[in-house]
Amino acid sequence: MKINPNKCVACGNCTYVCPVGAIYIDQAINRATINRDECVECYACFNGLSQEHLNPVIVRATRKIFKAFRLRFEPEPDVCPTAAFEPDPLVWPRIVRRAFSDPRVPHESTGIEGRGTEEVKTNDISGRVKLGEVGMTIEFGRPGVGVWFYDIQKMCHALARAGVAFEKKNPVTSLMSDAATGTLREDILNEKVLSAIVEIKAPVERTEEIIRLVWEVEKQIDTVVSLGIGARCETDGQERVVAPILQKLGYDLVRAKTNIGIGRVTNAAAAPAAPMEVLSR
Amino acid sequence: MTNTLHRYGSARSFEDDYVVIAIPSRGKNDENAVPKLKKFLEMAVPFNPVNLGDARHGGALRPCKSLNPTVHWKRDMLPVFDDVIDGLDIATTAAAVFDNGTSAENFVRAVVEADLGLSVNISTAIELAERCCSAAGTCRHSVGYSLGFEGKTERLPNEDVLTLSTMCGHGMVSASFAKKMIDWVKEGRRTPSEAASYMARFCSCGVFNASRAARVLQSASRVTR
Repeated sequence: MKINPNKCVACGNCTYVCPVGAIYIDQAINRATINRDECVECYACFNGLSQEHLNPVIVRATRKIFKAFRLRFEPEPDVCPTAAFEPDPLVWPRIVRRAFSDPRVPHESTGIEGRGTEEVKTNDISGRVKLGEVGMTIEFGRPGVGVWFYDIQKMCHALARAGVAFEKKNPVTSLMSDAATGTLREDILNEKVLSAIVEIKAPVERTEEIIRLVWEVEKQIDTVVSLGIGARCETDGQERVVAPILQKLGYDLVRAKTNIGIGRVTNAAAAPAAPMEVLSR
Repeated sequence: MTNTLHRYGSARSFEDDYVVIAIPSRGKNDENAVPKLKKFLEMAVPFNPVNLGDARHGGALRPCKSLNPTVHWKRDMLPVFDDVIDGLDIATTAAAVFDNGTSAENFVRAVVEADLGLSVNISTAIELAERCCSAAGTCRHSVGYSLGFEGKTERLPNEDVLTLSTMCGHGMVSASFAKKMIDWVKEGRRTPSEAASYMARFCSCGVFNASRAARVLQSASRVTR
């Protein structure tokens, strides 16, 4: 993403809406500027800001006059008055930033918008996570901190050493040069994204061991992690196995995504429910 | 896409926050899914949702690429549900957001009866989702627990800001913007509802709950953090 300096009037609106704080007013040129190292190409500025198409010369002059009188014109806070944002053509490996940060861009690996897969949201049809299993989503960088791939790789290495299986149709897995060791492509390691999700599946007995492993790696990486644990309920709708393990580990279970089990296969050529595809060592 | 799972807040704070999601599964029931998703959204309207959306086009409050400058004095802050329904043209995730249990329960019951064939998920407090299932006469099939945020949590903003910014799970509502809106409400420069509407426009899949946001903004404006 770039900001056209001929259009920008340095109103500052965009500096607040950047999820990772990568936009600032460069006092030397009095224009909004993007810190390219920190920018994750999420397009929140370009997609989220409404646009006016005002004449920048007139807007700057008006702002100058107001400033001289210590007056402030209070524009709408979600507007770029001169439509100054212009998308950059992105090339590899920088394009990875957008793939993981702009939710409107579907991943080629999954075909769905966002950074993960369908998880348990379609478990009633996919049968990915069965009784006796847990599906884990380990998300990095959210909310608003961002993550570098070299930090994600630390977690992937640790999980691979523990012999866990990575979800095959996951954007992070698709960037592994060696799934057996959890090694990511070298050319993306210095790319920063808004968030990325590593997905694994394991027997329920390994839940505690894997979570403790995640806790250890969290200490070595410079971002936040959010864990999601997917489990199949019993026929009466209760889940009596995984929740106690999580509570024993100290988690206060408050929020969840609940699949109510009314999906069914309707595609003419669709096969019956298949197990989750995984890459294991 | 865990776009609603990790909303920040206590169980009580989700009493006005129910996100009901319909999602087709690739290769399983995505053929002819668009009319079913539209039907799902249309069915939500009589139950007074606070937002509708799809993951490709956004919610019922959207940014405008050709604003007239007069909006600075008069801006339409009402969600437009028809735009969401009419604009849905691809098999993607559709969401309906409610700010009360009665509407959510009645909607889930209607969806179960409609038997669209799509997977349907409820994202809210665990107990509240169970209550929706009971009301609809169905049982939970699977559950995805949120374990919250860990790691370098010192890099996170204060809890009011976090409550607001995590209502777009994709992170499109920035913490700085949420903080700015709290300040504007505090200074009387915008009402809580107006400030919530600004934030909703950044949410790219329409799951932002502007009603809950207005409540949080009102409460956050009474303290200084």
